[in-house]
Amino acid sequence: MSDPHGYQNRRNFLKASAAGVALTGVPVALHAKSKEPPVPLDQYKTEYFTADEWAFVLAATARLIPSEGDGPGAIEARVPVFIDRQLAGDYGRADDWYMVGPHDPTAEPARGWQTPLNPAQLYRQAIPAFNAWCEEKYGKSFTVLEAAQQDEALTALQKGEVAMNPELSIFFTTLLANTKEGYFADPIHGGNQGMQSWSYIGFPGARASYKEWVDQHNVKYPLGPVSISGERA
Amino acid sequence: MARIEKKKDVVIVGLGWTGSILGMELAQEGLDIIALERGRDQNTVPDFKYPNQIDELKYGVRFKNMQHPSQMTVTVRRDESETALPYRSLGSFLPGNGVGGAGTHWNGLNWRPQPEELKLRTHVRDNWGEKIIPEDMTLQDYPVSYDDLEPFFTQFEQVAGISGKAGNLNGQIQEGGNPFEGWRSAEFPMPAMPSTYDSTKFRDTVKAMGYHPFPAPAGIASTSYTNPYGMQMGPCNLCGFCERFGCYQYSKSSPQTTILDALKRMPNFSYRTHAEVLRVEMAADGKTATGVTYFDEATQEEVFQPADIVILSSYQLNNVHLMLLSGIGQAYDPATGEGVTGKNYAYQMNGGVTMFFREDHFNPFIGHGANGICIDDFSVNQNDYGALGFIGGAYWRSGSFNGQPIRSMPLPQGTPGWGADWKKAIGEWYGHAMSIGTHGSHMSYRSNHLDLDPVYKDRHGRALMRMTFNWNPNDLRMNQYMKIKAEEVARAMNPDKWQSSFKGLGAKYDVRPYQTTHNTGGHIMSANPREGAVNRYSQAWDKHNVFITGAGNFVQNTQYNPTGLVGGLAYHTAHAIRTLYLRNPRPLV
Repeated sequence: MSDPHGYQNRRNFLKASAAGVALTGVPVALHAKSKEPPVPLDQYKTEYFTADEWAFVLAATARLIPSEGDGPGAIEARVPVFIDRQLAGDYGRADDWYMVGPHDPTAEPARGWQTPLNPAQLYRQAIPAFNAWCEEKYGKSFTVLEAAQQDEALTALQKGEVAMNPELSIFFTTLLANTKEGYFADPIHGGNQGMQSWSYIGFPGARASYKEWVDQHNVKYPLGPVSISGERA
Repeated sequence: MARIEKKKDVVIVGLGWTGSILGMELAQEGLDIIALERGRDQNTVPDFKYPNQIDELKYGVRFKNMQHPSQMTVTVRRDESETALPYRSLGSFLPGNGVGGAGTHWNGLNWRPQPEELKLRTHVRDNWGEKIIPEDMTLQDYPVSYDDLEPFFTQFEQVAGISGKAGNLNGQIQEGGNPFEGWRSAEFPMPAMPSTYDSTKFRDTVKAMGYHPFPAPAGIASTSYTNPYGMQMGPCNLCGFCERFGCYQYSKSSPQTTILDALKRMPNFSYRTHAEVLRVEMAADGKTATGVTYFDEATQEEVFQPADIVILSSYQLNNVHLMLLSGIGQAYDPATGEGVTGKNYAYQMNGGVTMFFREDHFNPFIGHGANGICIDDFSVNQNDYGALGFIGGAYWRSGSFNGQPIRSMPLPQGTPGWGADWKKAIGEWYGHAMSIGTHGSHMSYRSNHLDLDPVYKDRHGRALMRMTFNWNPNDLRMNQYMKIKAEEVARAMNPDKWQSSFKGLGAKYDVRPYQTTHNTGGHIMSANPREGAVNRYSQAWDKHNVFITGAGNFVQNTQYNPTGLVGGLAYHTAHAIRTLYLRNPRPLV
């Protein structure tokens, strides 16, 4: 499927954005019924991320869920906005979690979240650490690597091959989970722009009423999604 | 110095299912009752209203309806050689919080145990001899029988509004029901829910294989319904937001939909929220409790609430914690086998197969928490333990219970977790998969237990409770047997692709993935005070005015979701207090 959103070169956008070049009018997929277009990602005012962090998250999520092919990518879904808002809020601060020490970040993964860092601190410390590894391996920070190198670097991060402080070892898992959350969560949280991911897979979102459909076996549900705030697509 | 409240006849700690049941039944006796609830007040409106509740991220992933570990958690280690580490963020199990407790966010699967499960040691001894019991398995009979509890199972099902089809009415096997269930004195209050496509496909396959399919017993209203307390439920619209959510339309059984509004109208009942009980206070003679001390969140002070009867009806883990902190029952010591509080912690042993059908449309978002067709052909009372090499069994179920994409995105094995191929796969396979779950028993062992952690403290300075828990070879062998049998069914269904997810022998407990909120034991029932913490009426052996309800009473876990047995035991306890205890307060056994 060709790019449905009229945006031909997202990778250049990401690099340019990362380099601080002002761009305007990044098209995002909007349904006709959406109220007003959201602020373009390069003009988005972050609630938590620094400029460097924002550039990293734009670049990394764009590889985790790329724009090419059918369905929206993380950029079209505005996943970075979702992550920024999550980290600025109670999730980022781990308000609901038990964060009392002592901590053993070297504990095996099956023991759960054992780093002393909350998710917001994790991103803050892990991004420069990962970038430093990228600089050493490729001579460049992650954001400006070629796509294939970015995929290679993310794979190394996922496999635990990037030497990092054990307090940061949960970073890839967290980044990937947050990316998918932002892709599939209700748009009220800042991602899943225009419910594109729901339209793509066929999830009707907050319709939440199917009594008349339950007996229609093996018939594809015909209605598009609605969101908590009442958008339709 | 603690503030002191006016004395009550009864103080109830935790206003979930069993606290609501005891509150209602004892309020009918005219007793003056106060319930203390650690969490918030919450009701269908406004807290669960549409569309706000239909938010997978907030409730399904960030657990806003649950107990927050920052308020209360446990530490976990797999064996005594490990240092227990805090369960810092929720994963494996999800205790509830707030009025309604876990009864607000459960899936609604409402099972009775099989009669053999309540007399399991006897069942094993009579059929294979006690020599097949592994040395470290603390297998016991419950001190109550299925026949003792049958009227109370029925009572709970009528209050909770359960939909289903009886398989055994007074000993007569019924077509379309579960032929392997214990006898029922009455048909389900409501007919079974309609079947989704996946469950129908499963039913046809297993029927052709000679098995005995029946609809899952559901705490989900299939029709409009008025229960014995006058509470009304409306028919479910299969929205697919049960587990982890409050029901927005009065269809899922919960304390809110079936008890609480009627209870709140009783003038002799009141409740306080944001009131976290810190300990049970004891009389000088040590034989009775005098009330409880709680922390009042509003005034930030400790409050003593005196009462003649103390009901501990909070979540299983919290009940055990309060007992350990208050000296109710001697703390269990796995080295000697002595002590009772914290003994026989058990869990659930589950596995499943997922099948992919490229051309089929399952619409997985159409469903409810207790959706599905089940079989009990591999259940506790069907398995030949001597031949199979394990004690236990599992019920199987197939039926979509949510299609929420963050958590429910089954993809064929080998699909990358991210990148272009992942994105392609979600478009290709979402809505084209179905699964069969095997939900298995979990025995109790000397090593799996609960005690106080030596290091970590809660916000009140109390020691956290420590869970020592790991999978055991007996239950893993059971799981592996289910794998063999479930894979036969998967192949018979002829999918394009399929895969299994069962625990291998030697698997270790992982606190991260959600497994079940079926934490059981720790204050088990027993026939004598040496073996358990409470007697057959859920009365503390050593403090006769303390009654302790919930799945902590389970001697070992059954193969089923616990709520049906929890509800039946709560009504059994209420009946004992009403008919035996009030006129002459004393140890009832």
